[in-house]
Amino acid sequence: MLTWKSHGKLERNSLLLVIGIIFVVSIGGLVEIAPLFWIESTVEKVDGMRPYTPLEQAGRDIYVREGCHTCHSQMIRPLRDEVERYGHYSLAAESMYDHPFQWGSKRTGPDLARVGGKYSDAWQKEHLTDPRGMVPESVMPPYAFLNERELSFKDIEDRMRALRRVGVPYTDAQIANARTDIAAQADEFSSDSVNLKRRYGTKVVNRDFDGDPDVITEMDALIAYLQMLGTLVDLKTYQAAAPGNER
Amino acid sequence: MINGLMTLSGAWDKIRTDPVIRMMVTALAFYGMATFEGPLMSIRAVNSLSHYTDWTIGHVHSGALGWVGFISFAAIYCMVPWLWKKERIYSNRLIEWHFWIATLGLLLYIAAMWVSGIMEGLMWRAYTPDGFLAWTFIETVSAKHVENVIRTLGGALFLSGAVIMAYNLWRTVRLPSTTEQPALNAPVLAATA
Repeated sequence: MLTWKSHGKLERNSLLLVIGIIFVVSIGGLVEIAPLFWIESTVEKVDGMRPYTPLEQAGRDIYVREGCHTCHSQMIRPLRDEVERYGHYSLAAESMYDHPFQWGSKRTGPDLARVGGKYSDAWQKEHLTDPRGMVPESVMPPYAFLNERELSFKDIEDRMRALRRVGVPYTDAQIANARTDIAAQADEFSSDSVNLKRRYGTKVVNRDFDGDPDVITEMDALIAYLQMLGTLVDLKTYQAAAPGNER
Repeated sequence: MINGLMTLSGAWDKIRTDPVIRMMVTALAFYGMATFEGPLMSIRAVNSLSHYTDWTIGHVHSGALGWVGFISFAAIYCMVPWLWKKERIYSNRLIEWHFWIATLGLLLYIAAMWVSGIMEGLMWRAYTPDGFLAWTFIETVSAKHVENVIRTLGGALFLSGAVIMAYNLWRTVRLPSTTEQPALNAPVLAATA
């Protein structure tokens, strides 16, 4: 009874009530915010992570623009059926250069966290152009217009600089050469691809993703992004039980 | 929720006679259900089934349409006559129609999402006796067809309820004002005379 009586005091004094509310709400806030100060220790140590190449980043921006994340998740949970269906469960490290991340929360379509390399470029192009041509029961809308639209990358340097602001380790050379890197990655026979691979690693693939060598389309960029999803981390050398990775 | 429901103590007969009160009570019921369902879905065992499925969609709609929608409709029905100085809403019968159509639509919507969500969640993790995944992803998409048709129907019913409300409010605003304002009229008359 005594507690209830003193609570009445709290309810009648607006200032006390406000202070009380701020106190209670800040507990919830702290529980959510405080772990972020130790975010470094929650990201696994892995081999192979690198920032997106400019073409992949441009494709990723199209992925975000078209709202792909509303129907496709990019987060494989450590559950038996998901690992068997989609591949190794997603690691925090795999999202460390994602701004914003595309984990999603709904699977109207399948998870795409490891879709890279599962289908050919031609399949991806046909499927994006006419989903029901490839999968008759599909409910995905067609994205044929990506074939027609030339990729606009006049602000790619600004985008990379913005990403660097929030922690993506793009070098000055990577930003300065962004446009030639885009052209190099979309062309199988480009002589600049050597420099592209020097800047982003030898595993970077350069080819004509949409099969149209005359022009770099939005389809090129989106397929380049899809084909590298989930392929960066070397999962053979990743040790989940290593002391640094145990949480 | 308890605070809201107990406000009706001694006046429960109102939910039979006053559709606006009934709407508010229904909103509180959906509020209680959605806020109970939310923490339930955060439990690992439940979440491993519900996450990424239509169950989540049904859950948020019971909160968005059931709680926020109904309490907003009821508040609008309350406030419009006050703001336009009318004695009452144009038609109580239309509010009744709005209430029942929207409630039916909402229940169809949520039930369909529960069924399709739990079904696809179970299908995704089903195994054959040989230890293979039982269903391809696209088979789980096809399996949800009927539920999605019901969902569309439910959503359309909820929307038609809102259209009925809009008509009702429009007619209410056009009702003659019942509040006499002689104090305001007098100087006007004097000036013209």
